[in-house]
Amino acid sequence: MLHTVNKSPFEKNSLETCFAHAKEGSAILLIEDGVYAAIQGSVFSDKVKQAMSTCTVYALEGDLKARGVAGKVIDGIQLVDYAGFVDLACQHDKVTAWL
Amino acid sequence: MSEEMMEGGGTIKKFCYINRKAPYGTVYALESLEVVLIGAAFEQDVSLVFVDDGVFQITKGQDTAGIEQKNFSPTYRALEMYDVEKLYVEREALEARGLSEEDLIVDVQVMSAAEIRDLLEEQDVVLSF
Repeated sequence: MLHTVNKSPFEKNSLETCFAHAKEGSAILLIEDGVYAAIQGSVFSDKVKQAMSTCTVYALEGDLKARGVAGKVIDGIQLVDYAGFVDLACQHDKVTAWL
Repeated sequence: MSEEMMEGGGTIKKFCYINRKAPYGTVYALESLEVVLIGAAFEQDVSLVFVDDGVFQITKGQDTAGIEQKNFSPTYRALEMYDVEKLYVEREALEARGLSEEDLIVDVQVMSAAEIRDLLEEQDVVLSF
């Protein structure tokens, strides 16, 4: 399954709820304010790295660049563009949006 | 209260704008900036406080070409032309987000939450975004 998270982890618990409900092998895509979870050295980076041990974590590059944090991304997070977002949606049988 | 009189007989109040939201996911940050500029146009004593995700409003290197929204971060650099020079950022908010003062697009004073609490007490008007 593909999970998307579009809220800042510092403001809402969408990311943590997603991590708690994503089965191993899932894809998790950070979009909009959700990309703030991708920053290296934040209070959430350890939780993201832990999720990366069982799931693949992606982040939308345009949203990272817009927010000035594209240079601070945790190693191993895969960057995708909008076409990559579409590819991920097509590759998985279901898409769940954690709003 | 610390109200001063202006030359024309008007009153100068201390206005503080608290910014707590990230810039592009919601419209709060842009709306706050509009109101700040209005306050400055009326020659009020304006302070801006950035806490929580508000610190993301002033990160360096924002490039919004990929999301088809206006990059309004350069406007924070223009605030000094409107005599808005009191920008305060909460240290705890920066640290939680893996950021430091060097990541910010404008000169700010980094303060603890306790110092910001005292700053708020000095204000005549506090507006929260």
